[in-house]
Amino acid sequence: MDYFIELLFSGLTRGSIYALIALGYTMVYGIIGLINFAHGEIYMIGAFTAFIVATVLSIYGFPLLAIIVIAGVAAAVWSSAYGYTIEKIAYKPLRHAPRLSPLISAIGMSIFLQNYVLLAQTSDFLPFPALIPEFEFMEPVAHIVGSSDLVILITTTIVMLILTYIIKFTRVGKAMRATAQDRTMAMLVGINVNQIISATFIIGSALAAIGGLLIASHIGQINFYIGFIAGIKAFTAAVLGGIGSIPGAVLGSLVLGLTESFATGYVSSDYEDVFAFSLLVLILIFKPSGLLGKAETKKV
Amino acid sequence: MNTQILKVNGLTMDFGGIRALNSLDLDVNRGEIVALIGPNGAGKTTFFNCITGIYAPTEGEVYLAAPGSDTSVSLKGLKPNQVTEKGLARTFQNIRLFAKMTVLENVMIGRHCRTKAFVLGAVFRNKATRDEEQSILETSYAILQKVGLEQYVNEFANNLPYGAQRRLEVARALATEPLLLLLDEPAAGMNPQETIELEKLIKEISSEGQSILLIEHDMTLVMSLSDRIFVMDYGKKIAEGTPVEIRENPAVIKAYLGEDVDA
Repeated sequence: MDYFIELLFSGLTRGSIYALIALGYTMVYGIIGLINFAHGEIYMIGAFTAFIVATVLSIYGFPLLAIIVIAGVAAAVWSSAYGYTIEKIAYKPLRHAPRLSPLISAIGMSIFLQNYVLLAQTSDFLPFPALIPEFEFMEPVAHIVGSSDLVILITTTIVMLILTYIIKFTRVGKAMRATAQDRTMAMLVGINVNQIISATFIIGSALAAIGGLLIASHIGQINFYIGFIAGIKAFTAAVLGGIGSIPGAVLGSLVLGLTESFATGYVSSDYEDVFAFSLLVLILIFKPSGLLGKAETKKV
Repeated sequence: MNTQILKVNGLTMDFGGIRALNSLDLDVNRGEIVALIGPNGAGKTTFFNCITGIYAPTEGEVYLAAPGSDTSVSLKGLKPNQVTEKGLARTFQNIRLFAKMTVLENVMIGRHCRTKAFVLGAVFRNKATRDEEQSILETSYAILQKVGLEQYVNEFANNLPYGAQRRLEVARALATEPLLLLLDEPAAGMNPQETIELEKLIKEISSEGQSILLIEHDMTLVMSLSDRIFVMDYGKKIAEGTPVEIRENPAVIKAYLGEDVDA
């Protein structure tokens, strides 16, 4: 039973990290209909930023909590700057181009960023400082649920609640939903659509950066390539849940995380990806619009 | 003060080889209700699309009087959201509400261009943001009351009866505080009762000093509402004048009914 709970929590932890990244995919898709393949790289850049900031701060002997907060904010801000710039450079000029063009541009951006970080850093795995301490009150259950699992779950939940609030109730959130539904009409009621698209990229990137910080500290090492596989997994999760749907992205991520965790635990860790992508194939065959996605009816 | 609120000079719009608008002049005075009529395909909606920035007109100038001053601003080359910000708001021939949002949210969206809170405000919720949200809410409620939709505030826009959806479009446009309100066939598809209610609503809005330019096919409505009427055919203006003048204008009768075979 302990083993089951352990797998359950590790699945939820994985799932929440996927969710932080998947939200960026789904929000961008919802608003401009583009799969932003460079999004995984944003997450990787977030992890690197957090790594650099955390290393410097720990040399100067900052307390752990301060390091986490400062590194988190720095990663979010820096990644957002990347997200914003990528949209302006690689997607905005192609907004009225055929759908394939921005997709290729996104893949190009992804490869560029990977190699840029490869050159700027190294291809080696870098040891990421353990930012999350082992809490004393967790000791009795430490063999089942780690402290960092707990921190990840709580942080993700808080971030999701804030995001939901922003989307549902604030001026920016309403404008984002309006733009997603009918871009021309949104412009006609006075919404600066370019600004709203930028805001979407900024929010999505900040979420991915927080995910990057959390997972890097959880796993303990990073390199330039972590964005690729995490990006593909999160994209899978977003499609699983129904791309374009925010609750869908969260649900899809949790389902994917749990599937992987149980597959690893009960079958073999070699089959982790096999199960993840088989799930994607099954969903695409039987419910192509995803778990919470609505079937699109094309008007002719 | 300048009495003209909208001034359009020689507006021309070509689509490839087709001239949809041919050197059109039009003006609206402050507080007036002006109607733009013409047979199907005359270019009325194209005209709206040109002045609201959806299409970039081939030639011509559009000026909108700046509020409370003698100067007017050119709308040429502005994007739709900038045009709305300058004070031109419109409704659509086929209803274009944000279907997956509530009635209240649809109107609140209209307040977007008159408010400023952004991502940081949304995250940190400082006092300015909270006050602004409160004022958006209050203004939106007031507008919904004015158009008589207060019982529907939390319904999804696409669940509303047809006539109510039309009124919601008007409410959303009003929320942007337009200098000039553009209505594109507001009575299209309405039953007689709904049309009467719409007429009352337009008169009420107009009595508060709102300038209105409308496209409409329902002649009873046009004749009873309008101070002046412009008539278009094949992208050209063929007549302008008061409802009485228009009713008796031979060019208008010809455009609508065709030429008399015997004549």
